[in-house]
Amino acid sequence: MAKQKFGTITSTCVPLPVENIDTDQIIPARFLRSTTREGFGRNLFRDWRYDENDNPRPGFPLNDPRYDGACILVAGKNFGCGSSREHAAWAIADYGFRAVISTFFADIHRNNELNSFVLPVVVSETFLTELFSSITADPATEVRIDLPSQTVTNLATGRREKFEINSYKKQCLLEGLDDIEYLMAHREDIEQYERNHGNNL
Amino acid sequence: MKTLFDKIWDSHVVTRIDDGPDQLYIDRHYCHEVTSPQAFSGLRERGLKVFRPERTYCSPDHNIPTHDQDKPIADPVSRKAVDTLRENASANGLTHYGLGHDLNGIIHVIGPEQGLTLPGYTIVCGDSHTSTHGAVGAVAFGIGTSEVEMVLATQCILQPKPHTMRINVNGTLRPGVSAKDVALYIISRLGTDGATGYFVEYAGDAIRSLTMEGRMTLCNMSIEMGARGGMVGPDAMTVEYIRGRANAPQGADFDRSAAGWLALATDPGATFDREVTFDASDIGIRVTYGTNPGMGMDLDSTIPDPATESDAKALEYMQFSPGQPIAGTKVDYVFLGSCTNGRIEDFREFARIVKGRRRHPDVTAWLVPGSRAVMKQIVAEGLDCVLADAGFELRQPGCSACLAMNDDRIPSGKLCVSTSNRNFEGRQGPGARTILASPATAAAAAVTGIITNHLKLQ
Repeated sequence: MAKQKFGTITSTCVPLPVENIDTDQIIPARFLRSTTREGFGRNLFRDWRYDENDNPRPGFPLNDPRYDGACILVAGKNFGCGSSREHAAWAIADYGFRAVISTFFADIHRNNELNSFVLPVVVSETFLTELFSSITADPATEVRIDLPSQTVTNLATGRREKFEINSYKKQCLLEGLDDIEYLMAHREDIEQYERNHGNNL
Repeated sequence: MKTLFDKIWDSHVVTRIDDGPDQLYIDRHYCHEVTSPQAFSGLRERGLKVFRPERTYCSPDHNIPTHDQDKPIADPVSRKAVDTLRENASANGLTHYGLGHDLNGIIHVIGPEQGLTLPGYTIVCGDSHTSTHGAVGAVAFGIGTSEVEMVLATQCILQPKPHTMRINVNGTLRPGVSAKDVALYIISRLGTDGATGYFVEYAGDAIRSLTMEGRMTLCNMSIEMGARGGMVGPDAMTVEYIRGRANAPQGADFDRSAAGWLALATDPGATFDREVTFDASDIGIRVTYGTNPGMGMDLDSTIPDPATESDAKALEYMQFSPGQPIAGTKVDYVFLGSCTNGRIEDFREFARIVKGRRRHPDVTAWLVPGSRAVMKQIVAEGLDCVLADAGFELRQPGCSACLAMNDDRIPSGKLCVSTSNRNFEGRQGPGARTILASPATAAAAAVTGIITNHLKLQ
């Protein structure tokens, strides 16, 4: 996965006003058999996006040309529940999304997005409901996500909110660093831990 | 005064990052073929080898066919995934229970069975059902592939410490109510996000009364209410379950370890961030009727009115109407197996109910042991003959129809009573309709061809 630095983005959005979207919907299991990280975007939301004959379903937002080029996905609460497959985060990134906005994320998927350099942005219900209305009224509605100041703004209404991210992960995203680089730099602490705790196998 | 969870977590913290996650040492790491190949390639690209190979065990389970396992896998993509795991294990000196190996099986079934899963351990796997291992009193949870790579490279992951939650189920369970019914009941009461951000400890008389296999079923499904993991405090039953298992400590070592395990129990007076209590006598035989595990109901009640648009969409997918009784619904497929209900006790229960009866001619039944060892035990107990007499055939071990990655897929529109863990849209195959239930309920459906209260058969 490209370790893309995240600063500020301004973009239109793809709205998906459904709650409890599980990772089996984001990427069905039958597409998980590839042994690389690339190419999952073409099967993002596969069974909602295409019918059984692989024709695009016209009502589905990813097939709506008005949302072409959007790099923010906006979804209902409890996004990414279910399976731990990181392929779901890779599919979201590979499709071209840089951030997902919801009122609530499932834990494992939230970590997977962060580790795949996609920013999960938790907003209030008021913000989310208003954003869905703004997008319905005008699909060209833009949102600005500013990681340094941890703010998200609906540019159609001017509503702005602060979002949470721990300062460690924020730094990782700003600088395009991953956790393994941190852990490798702490190998001595790990060996010290092992000496102190003995072998419990 | 500390909780079981805090004792284990805190003793595994290597460093704490200010306003960031904990660096957590991992005692045991399990790998299957779906979520590990990209982690191994990442390791190679960084020029690294597995840091502590003796702590990682591999078994292919998701992609494997459940028949003709002695032959090469026909599907080239699945074959490549399974071969890749073997090559990665071999290149890094990891123990690998490959297809056809005596110890092969679903990773969450073989861990406890082989004594690789022990109380007090931190255990991870690139699979959300890693929570299963919490049944012995371990901190076990699912991780993503980037985190698998971290464990391979450093035996550690960076992880924010979850909040703690205790779920008490007090009193005595009603006759015919199993661990699966308890799990489905709790999830339906708390919702699919009811425990997100929490690590759950299950407690109370009803939980203590469950067998180790039952505790595994319950902990397995913790993720279905969003919990990071679930666990049960080690007790005498835990110790007896582990005694004599292949990789467990033996002799005097075992006695010393067992004393340490029992001391892990949550101290009296320790507090949890959240505590929820249920009465065991409120729990009936449960099934799901929608497209997430939280959409559950008593088997003998009627389908509730949808509360949200998402619920209405789920009913439409399932082809159910509010107010309709679910008992009596025609069943096309029955699946017994998975990391939730693929252990020996589940096959005993299924066999007990179908004994002396016949499979309904309209039902296709897939009975898939969770591991080779479970399969061997089924034969040793003669359950295979009971099942064969009733018109059921056993398949070979694997994840099978739980997630439609291999050949075992439920056709579009067909209804399957499944002992697995997820009823998401298309989980068992595009368009498949899943009813989650216990092995006993699955058995009752298999012989009657409809959703039936298994107590009415006895």
